[in-house]
Amino acid sequence: MVNWIWLFFIVISVVVAAATGKMDTVTQAAFDGAKSGVTVSFGLISIMVFWLGMMRIAEDAGLLAKLAKALRPIVRWLFPDVPKDHPALGYIMSNLSANLFGLGNAATPMGIKAMQELQKLNPDKETATPAMCTLLALNTSSITIVPTTLIAIRMNYGSANPAEIIGTTLAATFVATAAAILADRWYRSRAQSPPAKPPVQQGGRHPNTGSGVTGGGELV
Amino acid sequence: MYELFSQLSVWMIPAIIVFIPLYAAVRRKQPVYETFVEGAKDGFGTAISIIPHLVGMMVAISMFRASGAMELMLSAVRPVFDWMGIPSEVLPLGLLRPLTGAGSLAYTADLIQTYGPDSMIGRIASTIQGSTDTTFYVLTVYFGAVAVRRTRYALKVGLFSDIVGFFAAIFICLYIFG
Repeated sequence: MVNWIWLFFIVISVVVAAATGKMDTVTQAAFDGAKSGVTVSFGLISIMVFWLGMMRIAEDAGLLAKLAKALRPIVRWLFPDVPKDHPALGYIMSNLSANLFGLGNAATPMGIKAMQELQKLNPDKETATPAMCTLLALNTSSITIVPTTLIAIRMNYGSANPAEIIGTTLAATFVATAAAILADRWYRSRAQSPPAKPPVQQGGRHPNTGSGVTGGGELV
Repeated sequence: MYELFSQLSVWMIPAIIVFIPLYAAVRRKQPVYETFVEGAKDGFGTAISIIPHLVGMMVAISMFRASGAMELMLSAVRPVFDWMGIPSEVLPLGLLRPLTGAGSLAYTADLIQTYGPDSMIGRIASTIQGSTDTTFYVLTVYFGAVAVRRTRYALKVGLFSDIVGFFAAIFICLYIFG
């Protein structure tokens, strides 16, 4: 998909430039674009370094685990067909709390672990379960408390107030997530698929007592 | 309402960066500065690893704008968007957002560069980019990891939430910053 989009932009640009006689402008634009790409990425370094440092403190202090635990009632409500003590719930909570802090790199492995656990509950391995679809809905709408990348870019281009979009981003992400949850609930009720019967786990573990993202490692 | 949103934006970061180290130091007796430095090391690599993606996408988008192709595409939808009071420049962002994370980030950076970060377009673009994730990427990675082929309604839910998020971002910005 991304290959075609990229190709589309470049090919159409050259075709239109040829038709309008703007070829030298477009060539110049290609080099300018490359330069902007590097400038923007370099601008991200300061915020990324700072934010990931902060997040390591949060992680080591067990704050992410605390947040994950606080999400438990919501997760239980969103995933009614996952058994109460199933490890999948622990990974889902870690995934959501990492997303909240904008830690995409930590959220994805947790999300994949959650998918693998949900797959164990799946009677038909090639078809998604409602629980999987709910996890996807939450991840595609992704609530983030602080949009660090955007703040960095705005800062780079000399914004008078780079952080002023935090409030609007929170509101928009909240609406998007609410829409995802509503749509997911609607499809769930329409599908009326019987809840998957999980195999009884030997020595059931309680993943929610782990410590968030770093603690997630303990669950493996 | 504007006051509430601006206070939220003003206080969010200071609140986080005071609370986290304070909690870690007082309640957990952590060497907060050393922990900070340890975690911060990852930031450099993360930012640098974005360069190839961003260069590739910004070249394509920069060419698309300079050639006049962007204007050609936008002129087709402009009447409808004008009628709704939405700047049509953000439409390509709405189309790119679910498809490619690097592409939509590049387009956002391009809009901020062209119109300024504090313009309405710059604010709307920042809000759209920050408020949802790349639906197709998430679906590919998550379902790919467990080899699920029939994804049922997951894509529809993801795209529905993207559309709602897109218009929510626009109207919230128009209302708050308008």
